[in-house]
Amino acid sequence: MPAAPSADQQGRTDRVVLDARDIGRALTRISHEILERNKGASDLVLLGIPRRGVPLAHRIASRISAVEEYDVPVGSLDVTMYRDDLRMKPARTLLHTEIPGDGIDGKVVVLVDDVLFSGRTIRAALDTLNDVGRPRAVQLAVLVDRGHRELPIRADFVGKNLPTSLAERVSVRLAEIDDDGGVDSVSIEGTREDSA
Amino acid sequence: MKRHLLSAADLTRDDAELVLTTAAELRSLADRPIKKLPALRGRTVVNLFFEDSTRTRISFEAAAKRLSADVINFAAKGSSLSKGESLKDTALTLEAMGADAVVIRHSASGAPHRLAHSGWVRSSVVNAGDGTHEHPTQALLDAFTLWRHLGESKPSGLEGRRVAIVGDVLHSRVARSNALLLQTLGVDVTLVGPPTLLPVGVESWGVETSYDLDAVLPKADAVMMLRVQRERMQGGFFPTPREYSRRYGLDGRRMATLQDHTIVMHPGPMVRGMEITADVADSDRSVIVEQVTNGVAVRMAVLYLLLGGSESENNE
Repeated sequence: MPAAPSADQQGRTDRVVLDARDIGRALTRISHEILERNKGASDLVLLGIPRRGVPLAHRIASRISAVEEYDVPVGSLDVTMYRDDLRMKPARTLLHTEIPGDGIDGKVVVLVDDVLFSGRTIRAALDTLNDVGRPRAVQLAVLVDRGHRELPIRADFVGKNLPTSLAERVSVRLAEIDDDGGVDSVSIEGTREDSA
Repeated sequence: MKRHLLSAADLTRDDAELVLTTAAELRSLADRPIKKLPALRGRTVVNLFFEDSTRTRISFEAAAKRLSADVINFAAKGSSLSKGESLKDTALTLEAMGADAVVIRHSASGAPHRLAHSGWVRSSVVNAGDGTHEHPTQALLDAFTLWRHLGESKPSGLEGRRVAIVGDVLHSRVARSNALLLQTLGVDVTLVGPPTLLPVGVESWGVETSYDLDAVLPKADAVMMLRVQRERMQGGFFPTPREYSRRYGLDGRRMATLQDHTIVMHPGPMVRGMEITADVADSDRSVIVEQVTNGVAVRMAVLYLLLGGSESENNE
């Protein structure tokens, strides 16, 4: 059912690779892995990278609190001003940054984003964190790792490794943000000419 | 946004709301241990002040520095201007030094426009007050302050609010920019002052006018008091300062007629006892000090939106 390809008039194909239940399972597994790695939830701070990292961070936090009966602080971290391509495009709209009240000093910060691609967003996020405080450790959780890294960055927690070609686009839709019927999905859009 | 910010009329409603929402994000920077963002690293902002200013110049300087721009301050006193150099030659000097933005204050209305459109400089020009013409960043920070106090989640929530701008409208660039910007944002503006201090042609501004402050106050959501600019007055615009403050000054008695949520604003510098009494200026309703704080965030937003992206024209 999820892999039914649909082609439009330009010969482009859109494939759903994760449906809502797959995403739910991946986030549950990530939540448990975060707890295992950090031996519990104390000292954790989840920071989502807008836009879609933020609802993902909240979902992970609610799974963690269901298991540990402890509410992990959740925030959002806009990295726009730290991007290396800021000068290449017209000034971008800033997104919301919200650091939890107790700050991040001495905490274990888990950055949460939807897709890990070139790694440049995460580099910008690390620079942003530098100006916000000094966490004891920084970890990275992503829903999808699509490869094609341009920087020496890797994720600690991955929902799904998704081999893609550069011509393809990975589209994550989340009920909290995208209004198409409130259904979560991860799909690959575009031609597949050079992918395996 | 356009490449320059010369007039509040240059801003479409979308532009103005973008500046305000950007400023809202930038304001939270004040709570961080490191109050600096790298967005304008390597860019040069020149503060070109031909007229005295305290808060506007400091505010622009702080804004540019918090965005990591290099700032060159240039005041008319102590420069070659006092030796008779023209605006053009000063501009050419700045161009030769590679300024990315020029923030200009000038006693002549239209000087920023001349600088922007003469071809003397390639940089973005930001009007920081020209004569009795405009002061767009002040209007933006006033709109931002209004937005924060009147409690809406989005700037579009200012629609239908009532703001009274009171006093020396004739000489006030703040009043003109506010009238333009607040109307763009859907605010109902009423200008209040003696007939001698309302400009000729004010009918064409599209705002209401009144000579009677007491009738306007109970309906207002915000009252913006203006300084009487005696340095720009040669003739007799009103009989005595005492009579002026009795009819158009905001005192404790008048403040008592305001609605509970109404705020009192003043662009500064204020003359206590003239347009506003000390008990009003220091009251809970007064947001005058906060206006200054907000000024930095708003000017950061303006500089970021003008300079933060690519140099190519953008109309997004």
